[in-house]
Amino acid sequence: MADTILEIRHLSKSFGSHEVLKDIDFTVSKGDVTAIIGASGSGKSTLLRCVNLLETPTSGEILFHGKDVTGRGVNAPEYRSHVGMVFQSFNLFNNMTVLENCIVGQVKVLKRSKAEARETALRYLQYVGMAPFINARPRQISGGQKQRVAIARALAMGPEVLLFDEPTSALDPEMVGEVLAVMQHLAGEGMTMLVVTHEMAFARDVSTQVVYMNQGVICEQGPPADVLENPQRQETRDFLARFRKN
Amino acid sequence: MNLFSKLVNDVSRLWANYASAYLGGMWSTLKLAVVATVIGVLIGLVCGILNTIPCGKNDSLPRRVLLGLIRFVVRAYVEIFRGTPMVLQAVFIYYGLPYFSNNTLRFDDIWAAAILIVSINTGAYMAESVRGGIISVDPGQTEGAKAIGMTHVQTMVNVILPQAFRNIIPQIGNNFIINIKDTSVMFIIGFTEFFAFHRYITGVNNMYFPSATIEMIGYLTMTLVASFLLRWLEKRLDGSDNYELVSDDQLVMAAGTYSYPDRGSPFDERHKPSREAVIQEVKFGRNRGER
Ligand SMILES: Nc1ncnc2c1ncn2[C@@H]1O[C@H](COP(=O)(O)OP(=O)(O)O)[C@@H](O)[C@H]1O
Ligand SMILES: [Mg+2]
Repeated sequence: MADTILEIRHLSKSFGSHEVLKDIDFTVSKGDVTAIIGASGSGKSTLLRCVNLLETPTSGEILFHGKDVTGRGVNAPEYRSHVGMVFQSFNLFNNMTVLENCIVGQVKVLKRSKAEARETALRYLQYVGMAPFINARPRQISGGQKQRVAIARALAMGPEVLLFDEPTSALDPEMVGEVLAVMQHLAGEGMTMLVVTHEMAFARDVSTQVVYMNQGVICEQGPPADVLENPQRQETRDFLARFRKN
Repeated sequence: MNLFSKLVNDVSRLWANYASAYLGGMWSTLKLAVVATVIGVLIGLVCGILNTIPCGKNDSLPRRVLLGLIRFVVRAYVEIFRGTPMVLQAVFIYYGLPYFSNNTLRFDDIWAAAILIVSINTGAYMAESVRGGIISVDPGQTEGAKAIGMTHVQTMVNVILPQAFRNIIPQIGNNFIINIKDTSVMFIIGFTEFFAFHRYITGVNNMYFPSATIEMIGYLTMTLVASFLLRWLEKRLDGSDNYELVSDDQLVMAAGTYSYPDRGSPFDERHKPSREAVIQEVKFGRNRGER
């Protein structure tokens, strides 16, 4: 198990008396692409936000390379710089250009030189096909382009794991493909990813592991062929059936 | 018409005699307004930032007590200085401090006193604006910054405050214009700005109306120039309306020795066909129609 990156153990999260996550357990190894699926409100975003410490878990452990990151003495910003996150609403910095968005974290957090940061940023912007737009501001580019910049911004930090929270849900249908294509290419290169998604084709073809969440618990998990094509639990079957109809 | 030409005549006579006095007054007014607005905005920024330090139920007790105390002090400051006239504040600070402290606290420099009074007034007004400016920045911006590992301070300095600052420029402009006009009450402590010269000059020659006309034109000129400059600043901070597409060749030049290992990636704009293929594949699944 030398290449285990993340271990989630007995993770629970409550907002007041509302228990949103209950005893979540799963493991992410290097190169895994974990697709998290489930109905809206089942706690998928909260799970991802706990993994990134944007929410503080109520109980349980998150082990990053074997070290618990939920304790009091943990340097959360430092940990987050190893765990990239891509949001449904992009969250690009509106006061910066595309290029500056990809540079600022490297310079301020990783203390890279301006020149080095610029080079790295350009490399990843090129990778997602956004290099020609380095001087544009977020308000001037389309949703699909914003999301590709957001991916480049996360990649420029050199993360070990990338978290995606419904990266294509806010996009017009014709832009979904360009973002999924980038993600698929990343997966092909061995990037470790945790992807909350409603794109079943992506889950089936790209992921190595599917986690189905229902009302705050992991109902079923396993290889996509098992969970998506041959689900064991009734809830999973119902969810997938509802999904196919839509 | 006769009256009007008489006014023009008087104004030009006054101006010929006292131009340097009027201009000197305008200069003092502008200096005071600029310096006090800048300091006031800084005070407002500090108060606004102090007031928006996140404080939840999970924080330790000392931290919550400290933050509560800070908020109370800021609140009191804002209410007191917003709720009383600046003339009276000037009296209390300029004459009151020496009186109540047996002259140990007093102003040797009238400029220091005037700047202090106008600044803390502006600060009281700006504190609320800054707080609003910070709160109105999309919370997603904070999340984006935290997600790449920025600390609270880094997030504030690099992401939130620049956007909050942009949001409050109209209020800064308002305060600046108000300061240009309201510094005239500083005559109460003997500060000679633009309006003070009106009082001196009309005291000598009784030409009230022509002098008032010069004052009007002078104030309007100053405030119009101020408005214009602020608009320009707003535009600059927004960046240009359009952007230049950058070609690969330009990038190589700009990046110095950089060479592109990913040049052949399917997302290169130049590899449209292969990118389309991948997009189609992901979008519709490999064996489409099978579902
Ligand atoms: N900050 C919060 N405060 C209170 N309740 C929340 C908060 N965030 C999420 N929830 C609740 O947690 C549940 C799960 O939300 P979420 O993780 O966003 O679900 P999903 O991403 O699967 O749609 C929802 O019922 C939601 O109302
Ligand atoms: Mg969600």
